[in-house]
Amino acid sequence: MQFIKPGTNFDFIGKWKIAAAFSCALIVITIISLVYHSGPRYGVDFVGGAQIELKADKQLHADDLREALKNIGIDDPSLQNSGKPEENRFILRTQSQIKGGQGFTDDMKKKLEETTNAKIEILSVDVVGPQVSGELRKMALMAIFFALLFIAIYISGRFEMKWGESIFASGVLIGIVYLVSLFNVSIPILIGIALIVSLVMFWMLGHKFALGAIASLIHDVIITVGFFSVLKLEFNLPVIAAILTIIGYSLNDTIIVFDRVRETIKSNKGKLTFGELMNKSINDTLSRTILTSLLTLISITPLYLMGSGSIKDFTFAMIIGIFTGTYSSIYVAGAIVYALETKRSKKPIAQT
Amino acid sequence: MKNYSWKLITAIAVIVISATFVAPTFKEGIWPNKKINLGLDLQGGMNLVLDVQSDVAVEKSLERMSEEVKVLLRRDQIQYDAVKFVKESKSIEISLKSKADKEKLQESMKKEFGTLKQTNESSQGDAYTVTMAFPAEEVNNIKKMSVDQALETIRNRIDAFGVAEPDIRKHGEKGIIIQLPGIQDSQRAKDLIGKTALLEFKLVEDSGSIDSPPPGTQVLYQNEKDAESGKSSPKPFLIKKQALLSGDTITDARVQIDSQNYNKPHVTITFDKKGSRIFERITGENVQKRLAIILDNKVYSAPVIQDKISGGTARITGNFTLDEAKDLAVVLRAGALPAPVVIQEERLVGPALGADSIRLGVTSALIGLLIVVCFMLVYYRFAGLIANIALLVNILVIGAVLAMLGATLTLPGIAGIILTIGIAVDANVLIYERIREELRAGKTLRAAVNSGYEIATVTILDANITTLISTIVLFQFGTGPVKGFAVTLTIGVLASMYTAIILTRGIFEMILSNPERKTISI
Repeated sequence: MQFIKPGTNFDFIGKWKIAAAFSCALIVITIISLVYHSGPRYGVDFVGGAQIELKADKQLHADDLREALKNIGIDDPSLQNSGKPEENRFILRTQSQIKGGQGFTDDMKKKLEETTNAKIEILSVDVVGPQVSGELRKMALMAIFFALLFIAIYISGRFEMKWGESIFASGVLIGIVYLVSLFNVSIPILIGIALIVSLVMFWMLGHKFALGAIASLIHDVIITVGFFSVLKLEFNLPVIAAILTIIGYSLNDTIIVFDRVRETIKSNKGKLTFGELMNKSINDTLSRTILTSLLTLISITPLYLMGSGSIKDFTFAMIIGIFTGTYSSIYVAGAIVYALETKRSKKPIAQT
Repeated sequence: MKNYSWKLITAIAVIVISATFVAPTFKEGIWPNKKINLGLDLQGGMNLVLDVQSDVAVEKSLERMSEEVKVLLRRDQIQYDAVKFVKESKSIEISLKSKADKEKLQESMKKEFGTLKQTNESSQGDAYTVTMAFPAEEVNNIKKMSVDQALETIRNRIDAFGVAEPDIRKHGEKGIIIQLPGIQDSQRAKDLIGKTALLEFKLVEDSGSIDSPPPGTQVLYQNEKDAESGKSSPKPFLIKKQALLSGDTITDARVQIDSQNYNKPHVTITFDKKGSRIFERITGENVQKRLAIILDNKVYSAPVIQDKISGGTARITGNFTLDEAKDLAVVLRAGALPAPVVIQEERLVGPALGADSIRLGVTSALIGLLIVVCFMLVYYRFAGLIANIALLVNILVIGAVLAMLGATLTLPGIAGIILTIGIAVDANVLIYERIREELRAGKTLRAAVNSGYEIATVTILDANITTLISTIVLFQFGTGPVKGFAVTLTIGVLASMYTAIILTRGIFEMILSNPERKTISI
């Protein structure tokens, strides 16, 4: 059985302008959505506060719950049904700072039972203090940054065979990040600067593969963030884990295409133009790309369909990641390598 | 043939060893090694992150020292105006009546309080004031010790509380992580852990007004529960500040039921030798006065001392329930926290939700696995079967390594395993697509298999190394559930490299060693 007949030759690279427009549109939507919602919507893990999942033995109105919560000083709860409607499960979130250890959950349970006349079962409680949430936010961003850094070193070393340059580039990057960090800028800005610096550096060094791979990773992360922002989903720790996994997955895909490009370059003795060569490589790996993406998607979907709460968000991020990762390895990573290479062959840039 | 057999032997060894480690998870107690640890999200339980207020430990130790300095000055006959602890600058200020005693003071201080260093001095007329504080190194030392001691105390309390397999660890410089699997009464556990449990015996001041407490006294409250209405109201006491005896001399604390007094529980405490001597002296000197028993600045009871009490036991009565009395005994036995703790993070998963999560995780993993297995069989037929064997071995190895390392399986961990299914299949897909290509190019079966494996191996390594980079970063920076995800994914990636590159190749080579075989369905 075969999906893609051998000898198939879709012109992927020729469509790179359409793809670029599409990607840009998604990125613009992400930015508009982020500005409109004034930044990403962080969950308890990152802003502190409480998230409580509870279950009642009879049907409850969200308004009743809200009223009861007001009585214990929570004015800003966000309530959401979780699970099936007939289960009467709710997820309640508040950003008011709640000190643990003060009988908060017991208090709440009692008050809720008094006002609603239902028996309430507390399924889960997450209370995160402001100090911890700040730390977690920092850690999460650092994780994304380091993942990108190490991957950049690996790719530019592995694919350009210029380990020295890549280590030099990362040294420069770490130096710049360190210098900027002395000025006490916030972590997101710091990471933004780091990413721009690394893109510029790979551009200048002419590391087209590393540049393509990193750009496609950033592309995927931005689009995932965009989906979360547009759908008003929350960022919590598992979602960050999902984003890092997306980085891994997207890269996995990119590398397989790149590996093939490198191999095709070796076996091609001036018979094909670079564009044809790229197309051939992508088509040769297409069967594998479709099959793997499909199978990974299949294995994740049951967890998405059956899960609730943060696990649903986590798997949702993964599913978006599989789509964008597959797309970006061809239309972002591949297209950038193509664009850089053709530009260079027309007008050679300074020897690196 | 000989060349291939080692691959098969290792493969069989891997399977047998893995099965050995995984078996106890399904049937407990068949052999001594442990079953796979389930995370709190899968079995229910509580996760707390505490922050030890170690600054307070420094303050307290200075405060105590300032009392001791007074005793020292009196002993060495140095005239002083005041010795006071200054909270803002975390120092002790000693004001002497005469500058002439300066040297004498320095000598005494050096001998008795060598850890204190002079930070400032000033003189006004004949009066002389010196400020002393801990050097930074000593401050760090006290802070560190307070965290270690808090950890130990909390561990003792939890042990006495009876939680199966609690996990109590230091977290950063002054944090403590506590994981209590399967806990039901979270409030009680939090109360038990958070209590400073500083027990003090102080005298009640009978003269003087509560509205304007005279110097050297303070107002503390007792929670009085009305027997009929059940409502509690605070009852004020005027208490002398100086503690006559504190809880660190306690050797034992037990709950006893008072059969004469409506079967009310009370806590009997036993002092060590020094404690009983002091207790005997206090009670002897203060007959007919009231002695307040104070825990964390709350008055528990304030009985009138009828007679000198020797024998080294005392009892704390109050309106306890049996559980409250038990917990009080536990905290008294385990000792006081050297500094208060603040709960920074609290995560609780009810046991029902835990069971739900595990069912959800396992079911969805199985469904995913089943679809993938069927798909591979349909798509690659015989070769698909080999890939499926590799996939199952892969999952077995993940379980075994989890059990071996004593790592914890969480719901995100299960997600990691599910993702591993994708990665493992990908490796085989890469190889098989390559073999198909080589076959199409007209190579013989054996040559196609060999070059398929060789070429695809490079790609698989490249792809998996980058995944490993991101999982290792996740492991390094992640906490709790994220770490669980990183662990299973890392093990999964490593296992999949083994199963896809070595195990399946071994099987292929075994099949191809039969010279009759010219084709294979792939």
